[in-house]
Amino acid sequence: MSGIGVLDLQGGVVEHLEHLAALGVPASRVKGAKDLDGLTGLILPGGESTCLTRLLHGCGLDREIAERCHAGLKLWGTCAGAILLAREVVGEVASLGLMDIRIQRNAFGSQLDSFNLTVAVPAVAPEPIPLTFIRAPKILRLGQGVSPLLEIDGYCAAAEDRNSLVTVFHPELTPSLAFHRYFAGKCGIPVPIPRIASAAWQADSWVGYAPIP
Amino acid sequence: MTAERLVLNAQLAQMLKGGVIMDVTTPEQAGIAEEAGAVAVMALERVPADIRKEGGVARMSDPGLIRAIQAAVSIPVMAKVRIGHFVEAQLLEALKIDYIDESEVLTPADEESHIDKTRFSIPFVCGARNLGEACRRIAEGAAMIRTKGEAGTGNVVEAVRHMRTMNREIRTIRDLPREELTGFCRDQGLPYEVALKVREAGRLPVVNFAAGGIATPADAALMMQLGCDGVFVGSGIFKSSDPARRAAAIVQATTYADDPEKVLEVSAGLGEPMAGIEIPTIPQEARLAERGW
Repeated sequence: MSGIGVLDLQGGVVEHLEHLAALGVPASRVKGAKDLDGLTGLILPGGESTCLTRLLHGCGLDREIAERCHAGLKLWGTCAGAILLAREVVGEVASLGLMDIRIQRNAFGSQLDSFNLTVAVPAVAPEPIPLTFIRAPKILRLGQGVSPLLEIDGYCAAAEDRNSLVTVFHPELTPSLAFHRYFAGKCGIPVPIPRIASAAWQADSWVGYAPIP
Repeated sequence: MTAERLVLNAQLAQMLKGGVIMDVTTPEQAGIAEEAGAVAVMALERVPADIRKEGGVARMSDPGLIRAIQAAVSIPVMAKVRIGHFVEAQLLEALKIDYIDESEVLTPADEESHIDKTRFSIPFVCGARNLGEACRRIAEGAAMIRTKGEAGTGNVVEAVRHMRTMNREIRTIRDLPREELTGFCRDQGLPYEVALKVREAGRLPVVNFAAGGIATPADAALMMQLGCDGVFVGSGIFKSSDPARRAAAIVQATTYADDPEKVLEVSAGLGEPMAGIEIPTIPQEARLAERGW
């Protein structure tokens, strides 16, 4: 069965699972190398990139993801996930380094500088999309084969190459399904539901995926 | 705090899920914590074990120390204010830290009122021993909850008690007919609107971390299996014999809490954990979890 995995080591995992479910896309959690079997796409969620880097290395998923990416696995990094994918990270050692971009971690300031924005991303959806930036990074340089999807005030907020997609914001924290639909398309998974916004979504919709025992 | 800001603040806590937040008292310790895989650090002058030992009034940390720790790491920096001390909170907001912990570990400044957190833009995390405390803090504007546990003891028993209590009470209101909720809230001192959300969600509507007494990878995994979304480790790391190694092991155990082989693997050869304290040996007035209501 083809489907999209969400890297389940730390961070905003269930928020992505909820969005994929709203789209009707088969989704699963990825905690180890064997969980990658049968997937055509993998989402690297928001969280803290240093923590995720340690955990990826600790279980050998870093090498496994790199190998499968070269074999065609599509990757999407949101926020910290985008930092993991960047070949160059300002002031730090790169993590997976699978996309030729230069990125600056936490480039807007503290949590008081986190914000929402609604903008048009023509390649992804016909109407404007709400975007949530939380202690977000900025993409400062795009390398060969990487094209911008969204540029704001002199930095790049979303970009892609043949295999990977990066967004410095969090589509999984908004009602919009547009980026998830776009990524599913990149993974060759048809999305039966034509709508691009989830009418049922609420800020605490994630709780259904994180029940108490 | 606007409704939009409150959601953004709760969403930062969502990004910390599955992670470990570590108490640090110097920029060097903050660097060690970040390297080990902490998702955030709590900047403090003294860890709870030392506050407990030395006594006296415990207050917000020196802004100079907090600034130095902010400069040392890229991960979020949290700091504590005394319960009810809204001016300390104003200072931390001016300092632009990422999260304020209105904490029973410091000496309360107000024994009747917690801070009105809706007046701030900065997010707050608050401790809770039960569902009532959690709901009252959320009603006051907290964007994240943690168990109180009994900080500085290296003894997880109180954190377990608080998490089990909260889960039991959540199950109670989840199964209540809606028309009985109003009377239940009246009797239990629960704010109705928050309780209604908990009933619908079947859990707290915000992220809930474990805190207070966590000292080993197994402690962290225990709290995760009890349904916590992540873990605070206070004195447990830098009061142990090999902080960097223990910190990294607790990070692994939090992620792989459901995998005993993995927790076993990271638990070996960590050196001495912090010395622990039995709760009954602590006089009632020195029990930190009793502070706040």
